[in-house]
Amino acid sequence: MFAFSATKIDPSSVDGNKRKVPAVKVKTLDGGTFNMADVANGGKPIVISFWATWCSPCKKELENMAEVYEDWQKETGVKIIAISIDDARNASKVKPYIVSKGLPYDVYIDENQDFKRAMNVNNVPHTFLVDGEGHIIWDHNNYSEGDEEHLYEEIKKIAGK
Amino acid sequence: MKQIYSLLILSFCYLQAFSQEPNYGQVSGNFALDAQYYIADSTINAQNVPEKTRMNTFANINYTLGKFSTGFRYEAYMKPLLGFLPGWEGQGIMYRYAQFTDDKFDVTIGSFYEQFGSGMILRAYEERALGYDNMFDGARVKFNPYKGVYLKGLYGKQRLFWRLADGVVRGADAEVNLNEMLDSVMGRMKTKFILGASFVSRYQNPADVNYVMPANVGSFATRLNIIRDKWNVSGEYVYKINDPSADNKFIYKNGQGLLLQFNYATKGFGLSLSGKYIDNMSFRSDRYEGFTNVFINFNPALTRPHTYNLAATLYPYACQPTGEIAFQGELNYKFQKGTLLGGKYGANLAVNYSYANGLDTTTFSPEKDSARMGYSSRFFGPGSNKYFRDFNIEFRKKVSDKFKFVLMYIYLEYDMEIVQNLIGKGTIYSHIGVADLNYKIDKKNNIRVEVQHLYTQQDKGSWATVLVEYTRSPHWFIGALSQYNYGNEVEAQRVNYPYLTVGYIQNSTRITMGYGKQREGLFCVGGVCRAVPASNGFTLSITSSF
Repeated sequence: MFAFSATKIDPSSVDGNKRKVPAVKVKTLDGGTFNMADVANGGKPIVISFWATWCSPCKKELENMAEVYEDWQKETGVKIIAISIDDARNASKVKPYIVSKGLPYDVYIDENQDFKRAMNVNNVPHTFLVDGEGHIIWDHNNYSEGDEEHLYEEIKKIAGK
Repeated sequence: MKQIYSLLILSFCYLQAFSQEPNYGQVSGNFALDAQYYIADSTINAQNVPEKTRMNTFANINYTLGKFSTGFRYEAYMKPLLGFLPGWEGQGIMYRYAQFTDDKFDVTIGSFYEQFGSGMILRAYEERALGYDNMFDGARVKFNPYKGVYLKGLYGKQRLFWRLADGVVRGADAEVNLNEMLDSVMGRMKTKFILGASFVSRYQNPADVNYVMPANVGSFATRLNIIRDKWNVSGEYVYKINDPSADNKFIYKNGQGLLLQFNYATKGFGLSLSGKYIDNMSFRSDRYEGFTNVFINFNPALTRPHTYNLAATLYPYACQPTGEIAFQGELNYKFQKGTLLGGKYGANLAVNYSYANGLDTTTFSPEKDSARMGYSSRFFGPGSNKYFRDFNIEFRKKVSDKFKFVLMYIYLEYDMEIVQNLIGKGTIYSHIGVADLNYKIDKKNNIRVEVQHLYTQQDKGSWATVLVEYTRSPHWFIGALSQYNYGNEVEAQRVNYPYLTVGYIQNSTRITMGYGKQREGLFCVGGVCRAVPASNGFTLSITSSF
């Protein structure tokens, strides 16, 4: 462990050295592979929300954000990405849930939780805000009713609104 | 431990060589602590804990520099919280790795987690809250030689608490996405085809007092997934040669399994159907191990993981890897805005049915079974032993900007003898009703009330639960839970279990404190469960990431 201290790194103190979304491959709903380091939104902010079909607060967050998503997009151009950590038991329920509810997000499946580990997520829901250059700016490990308002304040800050 | 440190030091020497560059790389990680103060309480059968307090904690530290990453996890269980297997007692570093990733190659040495296909043949993963960690220690290579072609190979031993299990596991997996591979011909096709095949083999010293053991046990699997707009059909078949083990009482029968899944989704309507057949497919790194230790493969239950307390923690089903047949169907329907049930905001209906039975088997009498095959079974044929039934229906509706609710009914049949290995408990028949009412006071403040009732004449009888939760976004929550076992046959055991929680969240840090009585039950994450004994006392939980 002493080897760590020898590197003398404090990423938060190094300007412009904010952590980027790590290069981890996840599955798309049509069976393809997507590298999370390639997330892009034309320089506009991105929200990455970890969820699972068996997690009630996660689904509340996704459904509540869907109601305001159109307004958010108009104002800030934000894009929401939903990362399901469902395993083989429930992964086949992800698409029926997302599509039948009409949730307008980019959805990926992190079946063996490689991306969850790389993002140091302890439990779901855990929501991250990423700026236009792919840097992780803000995160929140919970969902309570109304938390989306707080998230939107953060989105507006980095969208310059 | 020396090896661990030399690996880390080597990794950092490599990093030091690059430290002249302006990019210093990035350190990230997470941290979790769970502690509990126990008070002995004979009314709820909460045992006396001589240490009074116990704690589980861990921290992951990861370092990334371009295509290179390395890290470790420190864990301490002093002693492990009640309900965790005693083998966890101790502290140290088991998980540490170094990894190189680029577009085509991904090489990991040290510890890693992996999954082939749906996991029916191989899956190493961790669920710390369950005390489940069957990571591999060894080497893994992933290679993407051509577009749409994904190859993986691994070689390693699995973690068993604070040591590695005896068996050595070797595995290879190939997946081909035909549309990506033949993109000039199939790239624009609406129908997608994904094929896969895996091979896994375990070596374990065959020396045994009673039997002639196979040193190497091989297993293979093949899978296919066809996707077209709204449709998705997938299947995986797995086969394992004879693997006498404590799980199958040392028989020499081969094992096999089949998983079939189908789903259809369109706006307002979603349907998923699945079926699974598992026969003698318990596959571990050590043939003598039990509990949830060192499984090579993953056999999840094909049932709905419930979230409401009584249904989630009293009678959740767990897959029986020695033999079961299971089916599940789930339907989601959205009543659109403006319809009778939909109202101003729309409403959602979900109906789920799950079924699990034992296999249709014929047991051989020992004198006619010199080869120790144990039994014969009919492929995909259900037997008469009913393990589990669950019919549930859920209705969600938003009534106004302020008020929304969920109503749910669940009917369960649960063979406690089979699932929890509790001889003489028999089958539980139970009806559960839930009302979940949510009132949003204003943008920040919210109150949620959950009322649940479970009716049964078996086991501990009927239960009633009330939960009141107040949240103040984005930082605070407070909850009061009362579970009352009013229907217990034994009057002295008609106990109320009150429990209070307070939580504070600041970005990625979450602190929760609780006080009260917790009843014994099963704690599940994503459908894998551990038994939690009854307790009375304080709990403290902190999680954070950086």
